[in-house]
Amino acid sequence: MLILEIIRVAFGALLANKGRAFLTMLGIIIGVGAVIAMMAIGAGAQKAVQDRIASMGVNQLRVFADRTTTRGVTRYRSLTTDDAQALRNEMTLATAVVPDMGGQYQVKYGNKNNSVRITGTTPEYFSLRNYQLAAGRFFTNGDMSASQRVAVLGSVAAENLGIGPQDVGSTLRIGGMIFDVVGIMESKGSQGGWDNPDENIFIPITTAQYRLMGNNRINGVTVQVVAQEWMLAAQGEMERILRRERQLRPEQQNDFRFFNQQELATTFAESTKIFGLLLASIAAVSLIVGGIGIMNIMLVSVTERTREIGIRKALGARRSIILLQFLLESITLCVLGGAIGMALGYWVAKVMASSGGWEVIVTPQSLLLAVGFSVGVGLFFGIYPASRAAKLDPIEALRYE
Amino acid sequence: MKTAFPFVYLRSILQARRHIVGRIPAAGNSAKHWKGHTLMLIEMRGIEKVYKLGSERVNALRGIDLDVSEGEYVALTGPSGSGKSTLMHLIGCLDSPTAGRYLLAGSDVSSMSDAALARVRNRQIGFVFQTFNLLPRATALHNVEIPLIYGGLGSRERRRRATAALERVGLADRMKHQPNQMSGGQRQRVAVARALVTDPSILLADEPTGNLDTATGNSILELFAQLHASGQTIVLVTHEADVAAHARRHIVLRDGKIESDDANK
Repeated sequence: MLILEIIRVAFGALLANKGRAFLTMLGIIIGVGAVIAMMAIGAGAQKAVQDRIASMGVNQLRVFADRTTTRGVTRYRSLTTDDAQALRNEMTLATAVVPDMGGQYQVKYGNKNNSVRITGTTPEYFSLRNYQLAAGRFFTNGDMSASQRVAVLGSVAAENLGIGPQDVGSTLRIGGMIFDVVGIMESKGSQGGWDNPDENIFIPITTAQYRLMGNNRINGVTVQVVAQEWMLAAQGEMERILRRERQLRPEQQNDFRFFNQQELATTFAESTKIFGLLLASIAAVSLIVGGIGIMNIMLVSVTERTREIGIRKALGARRSIILLQFLLESITLCVLGGAIGMALGYWVAKVMASSGGWEVIVTPQSLLLAVGFSVGVGLFFGIYPASRAAKLDPIEALRYE
Repeated sequence: MKTAFPFVYLRSILQARRHIVGRIPAAGNSAKHWKGHTLMLIEMRGIEKVYKLGSERVNALRGIDLDVSEGEYVALTGPSGSGKSTLMHLIGCLDSPTAGRYLLAGSDVSSMSDAALARVRNRQIGFVFQTFNLLPRATALHNVEIPLIYGGLGSRERRRRATAALERVGLADRMKHQPNQMSGGQRQRVAVARALVTDPSILLADEPTGNLDTATGNSILELFAQLHASGQTIVLVTHEADVAAHARRHIVLRDGKIESDDANK
């Protein structure tokens, strides 16, 4: 068959110049590899975030203080434990109202002296965020009402201080104040960078307010709403209560802001889109550069094989056959490079993901995209050299030394 | 088919087999035996070829009238610049004349498209070159099969005919050798086998002994004599008088015109 001969010649030419073929493919290998790796990592990261959103539940609302600007004057007024108390007392659509406050304090244990983020909150905080214990217990409502000096340690905070499960019941000093270690949490993993619970130490909010921090400013309040369909109503309810509690006049804008999981999901979708665009542009640049490399080497190949082209034409090969032969050669280069790139990309994604702690997802779409792009690049950048070969004058080509 | 857009080629390749299969006659049943009487293979009338070298126009051929009938053994000689290479390219359908009419085996090839000329080269012309022009990475057998591949033959028939052609030139034991494993004479024999394998109307040889020592060259010329004896039409281009002496007819070209056209003794 004619097609078989064409394929055979294309592969023969590549095999005769293995080193050159490989170097030519590098551009495509790197391009496709980058696409596959980044798509796999992106998909893995997306899944990790979605899992987290799902685990936190979509029926949670968080409110925190926000800057307001009136007549050019920017003001910032923290939420307070009083605001939280008002929400707790008056909200009808909430199953839990959980304020938290925090600060950075020196923590001493044995010969260790670390700066650790201390979070004061209520016992519901742990169940709301799905935190699990590795040893001991969480603090209780009893601890809270008595402002007990008890501490629950995040796994990393405990490790840094040299506290193991057997040390539950021992004491440590937070800001010079003695606390009992009542529990150590299981590792949870970063929740988005700024707030890693593993690095925190949790104490009752009353203890934080009256004994440690000496103020009533809180970071925010997390509210669990009875059901997802009541989110908007709950938000309205909170707004009413907070405006009254914070004595805002009707013309004043809210000096607090809501944040819910839905919003987080939307934000994430947007950042994913930007990530995707970035990815596409990297892929485009590397594939174009790789393609130009292929076009270059194909032109060299056409020149080198001018005589062969002349012979084939004299023996009755039509232009279309010569064209197809060189086109197939460049497509083979690209597809081979694409395949190697896919393997490389998968491997890179795997290594990166294993160090970053999330899983790799290679979607069929990304494979299809990679193969499609390789073939497309091979076709696009192969057309010019191939048509040059096809148009060679057989007499000139036979004379070529 | 002088089109700049290469996709057009792809369409035509799909039609390739339909065009060519069946057009290559089986061995011993070729065009020259179609009719009872002697066929005129080459009929050239007023052939001119003008090249443009920069702004200069070179008249390589200035009115060639040439008839070669089936079974002839013609030598074409002439000094450098006489136009013999140009004439050979025209006979071999590698090029088209600027003016004049060229009938090859009865069909007008002077105004054929590129693809049609390729088809004519494939089935009517067998080229033998001075530098052999074998494909270096292919075996002798594969080299001989190439014209049949472009002719669209199936692999079994191809193998059979290529083997037969190699046997005919005395290379039955060298089929699996690559050109660099063979001597110059053997390579030229492979080239002759490749030229003969499609059973062409004309065997067109361009200085076939030019790269060979005298003894090997003579063995190639003996092979040509045998082919001629079995009825093969041969056109031999050379500048050596003693090589030309092997042919039955001797055409001398000078300044783009036929200077003499004699039968050899």
